[in-house]
Amino acid sequence: MGEHHHHGPAKGLTRWLFTTNHKDIGTMYLWFSFAMFILGGSFAMIIRAELFQPGLQLVEPEFFNQMTTLHGLVMVFGAIMPSFVGLANWLIPMMIGAPDMALPRMNNWSFWILPPAFLLLASTLFMEGGAPAAGWTFYAPLSTTYAGPSVTYFIFAIHVLGLSSIMGSINIIATVMNLRAPGMTYMKMPLFVWTWLITAFLLVAVMPVLAGCVTMMLMDVHFGTSFFSAAGGGDPVLFQHIFWFFGHPEVYIIILPAFGVVSQIIPAFSRKPLFGYDSMVYATASIAFLSFIVWAHHMYTVGLPVAGELFFMYATMLIAVPTGVKVFNWVTTMWRGSLSFETPMLFCIGFLILFTIGGFTGLMLAIAPADFQYHDTYFVVAHFHYVMVAGAVFSMSAAIYFWLPKWCGRMYNETMGKTHFWISFVGFNLAFFPQHFVGLAGMPRRIPDYALQFTDFNMMSSVGAFIYGLSQILFLYNVIATIVAGKKVSDPKVWDGAEGLEWTVATPAPYHTFETPPKIDPAHAHS
Amino acid sequence: MSFEAKRLLKLATCSVLMLMSAVALAYGPEGSQVNMDPGVTEVGENIFNLHMVILIICTVIGVAVFGVMFYSIIYHRKSKGAVASHFHESTKVEIAWTVVPFFILIGMAVPATSSLLAVYNTDDAELDILVTGFQWKWKYEYIDENGQNVSFFSNLRTPQSEIRNSEPKGEHYLLEVDEPVVIPVDTKVRFLITANDVIHSWWVPELAVKRDAIPGFINEAWTKVHTVGVYRGQCAELCGKDHGFMPIVVNVVSKDEYATWLSGKQAEAAAVKELMAQTFTLDQLMERGADVYARSCLACHGAKGEGGVGTALAGSAIATGDIAKHLDIGINGVPGTAMQAFGGQLNDVEMAAVITYQRNAFGNNMGDMIQPIDVYNHKKG
Repeated sequence: MGEHHHHGPAKGLTRWLFTTNHKDIGTMYLWFSFAMFILGGSFAMIIRAELFQPGLQLVEPEFFNQMTTLHGLVMVFGAIMPSFVGLANWLIPMMIGAPDMALPRMNNWSFWILPPAFLLLASTLFMEGGAPAAGWTFYAPLSTTYAGPSVTYFIFAIHVLGLSSIMGSINIIATVMNLRAPGMTYMKMPLFVWTWLITAFLLVAVMPVLAGCVTMMLMDVHFGTSFFSAAGGGDPVLFQHIFWFFGHPEVYIIILPAFGVVSQIIPAFSRKPLFGYDSMVYATASIAFLSFIVWAHHMYTVGLPVAGELFFMYATMLIAVPTGVKVFNWVTTMWRGSLSFETPMLFCIGFLILFTIGGFTGLMLAIAPADFQYHDTYFVVAHFHYVMVAGAVFSMSAAIYFWLPKWCGRMYNETMGKTHFWISFVGFNLAFFPQHFVGLAGMPRRIPDYALQFTDFNMMSSVGAFIYGLSQILFLYNVIATIVAGKKVSDPKVWDGAEGLEWTVATPAPYHTFETPPKIDPAHAHS
Repeated sequence: MSFEAKRLLKLATCSVLMLMSAVALAYGPEGSQVNMDPGVTEVGENIFNLHMVILIICTVIGVAVFGVMFYSIIYHRKSKGAVASHFHESTKVEIAWTVVPFFILIGMAVPATSSLLAVYNTDDAELDILVTGFQWKWKYEYIDENGQNVSFFSNLRTPQSEIRNSEPKGEHYLLEVDEPVVIPVDTKVRFLITANDVIHSWWVPELAVKRDAIPGFINEAWTKVHTVGVYRGQCAELCGKDHGFMPIVVNVVSKDEYATWLSGKQAEAAAVKELMAQTFTLDQLMERGADVYARSCLACHGAKGEGGVGTALAGSAIATGDIAKHLDIGINGVPGTAMQAFGGQLNDVEMAAVITYQRNAFGNNMGDMIQPIDVYNHKKG
């Protein structure tokens, strides 16, 4: 019996293929998402290289459009989403005192259908007519009537990705609802668990909408329907309503787990409990609710009736309230703390500054009349990279540096980590800050060539993008060097200020944790 | 790495950041535009003011929040011996920073609402122009009460040689067209915006007009420009391969100049109508056809008919085959391919000329030709 309960991982390839262990699956998700991050990043490098100067130098416009499309799809569905699912797999059971995820076999399946889906998507690059080129938002009819044959493969890939996300979310909901250790009430859960629980509900609600949307495209392309074609009684704008009903919650799906990560790390390096835990939970829930009623702010210029335009403007502006509460709470957590600035904290502070800037531009974009000037320009590109990259990717980097020592029992190289941060921070801002300027000056997004007055800032932007891109190689090297030969750590509490159940198990975290549920001190507040 | 070395590294990166901002500011006023342009309309000025007010409010809040944060970062460091407090909630504070931003937002929403209502007020227009987006050009149609409509296409004028870097780029690189849309100054002009194929978006920043062109639907927008001048914009919605190559140029002229221009265009339209009834010689058709080819076919089929995105025309089965079939493809396009239907884009003279040109240029030398009347009959079926 004892032996059966304490076995380690199986040997060889089948360990990874057949594993139902949440840590193994988390690891696979994280490595997969990093691979996709590099792939999506190289597409971005092609884009920025072409945009380094005006004129067509390196790629043809068709291929440029394929790059912008695949860059968006791979980063959103391949890099950011799976990375947070990987983090959830590793951390949620350890944070709530559960032995594993509630549905381990489904967990295996939800990971293993991902690589084939991306293989399918990436294979369209080599097809006749090329990969999908209608943008990551693939508006009809450009993506239906006017698309190449690859659109069918793309639709199938999206179906599979959606399936994977839905299964992953059901698993997280089931785990959080059923496997919390006795005494771990909802309002004692770490904020990372809370944000993921809410994210999982968002995913279950909107991924089927996306599946419906691409199925309607499939019908239009192959089976003679006209959902999105006015010639047959449909409406191209219907596509946008359906897509953004998925798409707006989707951006919160990406950012809420990042909020969770930051809410774990800032208190740890401030050596002070998170300020306003309850309000953080309520703010997260409010953001999730609002995300369902603001979708048409992506569509201010499609010709909505003025009443609709006003409704979506007011609802969108409201999001600033709970988001502001979060930022104020994080800053107040730091206030009169005892701060130190290890790499995870640096990335969190970077997140806080840059995400707030992205939030401000988001508020500006919410103002419908002003959006007539911002819409579909580089101002929008700058805005969503401030929230997606400096929001999601920075917090993900913070998370890896923060929990990696717990996972592998080895400490990363701090100097290299800090160098990674500073190069990322400088590169990121150099890449994306000037995009605000060119956007306001009138440069539309998704163009392979531009008028001469945009040259200087585009050059800066390209240089910054390459700096940011290269800094990720340093990150990869640091992580591998840590796993292979990092300095050993064995203290369960790797960071003196870290709180939570995951810091009570041995370091490195054993293959199985919490086979018997831990005792939660009823007096102890949330972590 | 020693403490000093770390400190140096930090200083170095900070100075790089500061240098960056300095470069941005230095370039700003002279070299490149860094802010929105208030433009030449009242609506545009309103939008600009709204943009600035919100930008300033955001900046003030940002400075306050980041100020508090940097105060902590500097004075509440562990390395300076700071000891952490343990406060972690305050309902009063939470209520305050929920309610105060709410009122700030209401303050923003009021001017935003009135600006939006102004943008939407398309009543009492003195001139209507139907704008249709095509892959990858714009068509303008002046709607006239007496049925004397004037219409024309507006194509990118920048030559491929500039785009491909074999010649130096001109001042208005990518923002120049063969025929700009002309409107009178101080006149409320209503644009009825639609598209022929995919979604486009008609945007001229200085007019503060951006509206999507959606196939099968008509959107309305309006402008009233108070300053004579030439204003340039671009398609703002991804519409396929040449999305970056379909600019908009609006020429705002005095009312008198506009009246002269319009009657000139109307006379031109009447002349084309007359032209349609004529019969041309092969040489005349070839001469006209070469122009049309350069404008409408060359980008895909190549300067020597060698092909590219489109199939090769030199020695092709279509250009050297059945002439009726060739004409049909020109008029109706090939569904499911990049070959568009040009029947609505070229007039009958242009169509006759370009088909004749394709059959006799590039060494095809078929010797046959199409007359405008043939095109007319083919379209009628």
